Amino acid sequence: MVLKVFFPSCCSSAESGILIGRWISEQNSAVILAVVHFPFIPVQVKQYLSEVQRVTKVSVSVLGSWSHSKQEKEESLSEFLEDLGTIFSHEPWIQISKEGGSKFWSCSTLQKHSNNPKEEEIILVYYDQRKVMLSHLHPPLDTGTSTDHKADDASKLSAIFDTVAKSKILFMTDRYDDGPIKLTHWQSDGVEASIIVELMKQASVPACMLLTFLLSLISGICRSRVLKFWPLSFLWSKLSTCEQLGHRLQHLQVLSSNKKAETQTQLMRKANIFVSLLIDVALGILLMSWLYRKNRIGHLADTLIPMADHVAEELQDLLQWLMGAPAGLKMNRALDQVLGRFFLYHIHLWISYIHLMSPFIEMILWYVGLSACLGLTVALCILSDIIALLTFHIYCFYVYGARLYCLKIYGLSSLWRLFRGKKWNVLRQRVDSCSYDLDQLFIGTLLFTILLFLLPTTALYYLVFTLLRLLVVVVQGLIHLLVDLIDSLPLYSIILRLCRSYRLAAGVKFRVLEQQDGKPLRLLMQINPLSYGSVVQTYRLPTYSCYPKDSWTSLCKKLFLGELIYPWKHKGEKQD
Amino acid sequence: MEERRYRSASGAPIALRRRQHSASCRELAVRGPRLQLRSLSALTSAVWLAAYGLFVLSQNSMVLSAAIFITLIGLIIYLHFVKIDQESLLVIGSLGIQVTSSYASGKESTTFIEMGQVKDVVINEAIHMQKVIYYLCILLQDPGDPQGVSEVVPLFQSSKPRLDCLIEVYKSCQEILEQRKTAPQSS
Repeated sequence: MVLKVFFPSCCSSAESGILIGRWISEQNSAVILAVVHFPFIPVQVKQYLSEVQRVTKVSVSVLGSWSHSKQEKEESLSEFLEDLGTIFSHEPWIQISKEGGSKFWSCSTLQKHSNNPKEEEIILVYYDQRKVMLSHLHPPLDTGTSTDHKADDASKLSAIFDTVAKSKILFMTDRYDDGPIKLTHWQSDGVEASIIVELMKQASVPACMLLTFLLSLISGICRSRVLKFWPLSFLWSKLSTCEQLGHRLQHLQVLSSNKKAETQTQLMRKANIFVSLLIDVALGILLMSWLYRKNRIGHLADTLIPMADHVAEELQDLLQWLMGAPAGLKMNRALDQVLGRFFLYHIHLWISYIHLMSPFIEMILWYVGLSACLGLTVALCILSDIIALLTFHIYCFYVYGARLYCLKIYGLSSLWRLFRGKKWNVLRQRVDSCSYDLDQLFIGTLLFTILLFLLPTTALYYLVFTLLRLLVVVVQGLIHLLVDLIDSLPLYSIILRLCRSYRLAAGVKFRVLEQQDGKPLRLLMQINPLSYGSVVQTYRLPTYSCYPKDSWTSLCKKLFLGELIYPWKHKGEKQD
Repeated sequence: MEERRYRSASGAPIALRRRQHSASCRELAVRGPRLQLRSLSALTSAVWLAAYGLFVLSQNSMVLSAAIFITLIGLIIYLHFVKIDQESLLVIGSLGIQVTSSYASGKESTTFIEMGQVKDVVINEAIHMQKVIYYLCILLQDPGDPQGVSEVVPLFQSSKPRLDCLIEVYKSCQEILEQRKTAPQSS
């Protein structure tokens, strides 16, 4: 079989020595991690390797020899290197040698116990050690669910990535250490570290403790009995601002927990939450500074009341139109007048209520606008709640119209069954035949006729108010969509994919380097980064809202029957 | 390395280039026709003439700048996301198969499939619009079921070579895939 040798490109210019790494016998491949230089004592090398093996749980061993000579091949050195093969017994013993400045290396193996004398082909694959160590290989999304086969042989490349990633401790010794072993690897010129990262790590511990204390205080207040009385708890559950604040509180709790993130996914989730919160608060403060400059809040409050008045006037005009002959249809005058006057009185009440509130609007808006510093999402939720409160009368009209229409439809369907001599059996949940008396039939027919001829009027009112309600629902829905987008977008992962694309790997790609006859095949292994779509899909943050489960047909059926529609359900609410 | 000319399913001239890097490593690249300067200039002139006509009618200079903007953005999107110049297949015995598409703007999109996942490389037939065409595809092994196929990866989708070119590519691939069956299993 073909022997594959994964050689780190940083060791190409290393001095002669022996190669240490991991031998993966199932794939017939050797992953070389470092080069140990002369002089060394074999016993000490073996001791060091067993130490490393114990700490990292990776079976690191001596795999072969590496000779880098400036001039032509030296015979004595090659014999010495072969003798080393007897000290560190490894099957097969790999010998790589590089002469002068030539790009093409010669690679051979010594097999003592092999059956086939045929020379096997060797493929030399260069890899960038630092990038492979830092990268995280993502399995393809559809096979990610089956975990039982992943351990065996689903991805041979993940074995190589794992080997390099787990051997971090091997890369901690550099050439300035005074140990008995001298290694060459990607960090052998000096261990890298960043002052900013170290300072932030030190500062994060007290910051986390402070944050945990504050959060426990806030959640204690929220859970106290005072806020659980019926009107307040009902209000909290209806306002989307409270949902959003609760969601953000949960995020903060995740961030401030003392446990270190174990897996890569947990670390990315924490980082995404942190960046998302930061951007949210920054945008919120930007919005706040724009609103409070030049007294824009005052202007907004001044235009709010006239706008509400305008909406109420438009509604009054609409009702007057319905009370006349809307679109040329002839309505039942009496019912029309009753319904029209009923709704007009409601609008009158609403306008008086708004005018009562008008002196306080500016102050309320000023203080509520301050809460935009908690984040842009909170500001958008407040906007959505203000729209809901201002259009409360439309919601009420929709409910009245829908209930009336629903009653009428049920009455009509029941009396239609009476017409045909049938009855709805509640016990058996089916339609049964039934014999009615003559007076029952007479009254039934009369009522049926009345309801039927009053249907167009009620249906028209229902249609108009349902359309208005749907308009408001669509506007609120768009705002919630935007809030969801800001909540769930994994910004840290996207920025990581942009700047350090090797950290998120979907796979690898090979490039064939220059070849020479008689020398092994040379390939360069590079990291193939994940596409932006898969990054967003893998690292999306979960949100609290679930989109309407009703399909279009059931929605239309509900509208036709006059049942009330609740488009937005939150995950915490009970499903009916 | 050798290069031969063939035709694609729609009649356009394509070229197949074969390179043997070593006994178990082969690269097969199919190159489609390049973007012609003639058609590009014709399209751009048509769009700008139409924009100039609109400008004369409406006397709004925004039409002209909008036309220039749209042409530029459209050209960039076409070169970077749509026009595939070359599709290549790199078969490395015992490592895997790598499929690369190079776009006209220089972007390369690569997928590497490990040899353990590859069940076979076959030529299949498909109904495309009003024609029946042949295409080469890689069958991926289903990890649970040794006889099953979990996925079919079609190759050379934008250049769509005809059967004679596909047979050449198929023969080259099969020679390398045979080696993994005849090679003794590692202990």
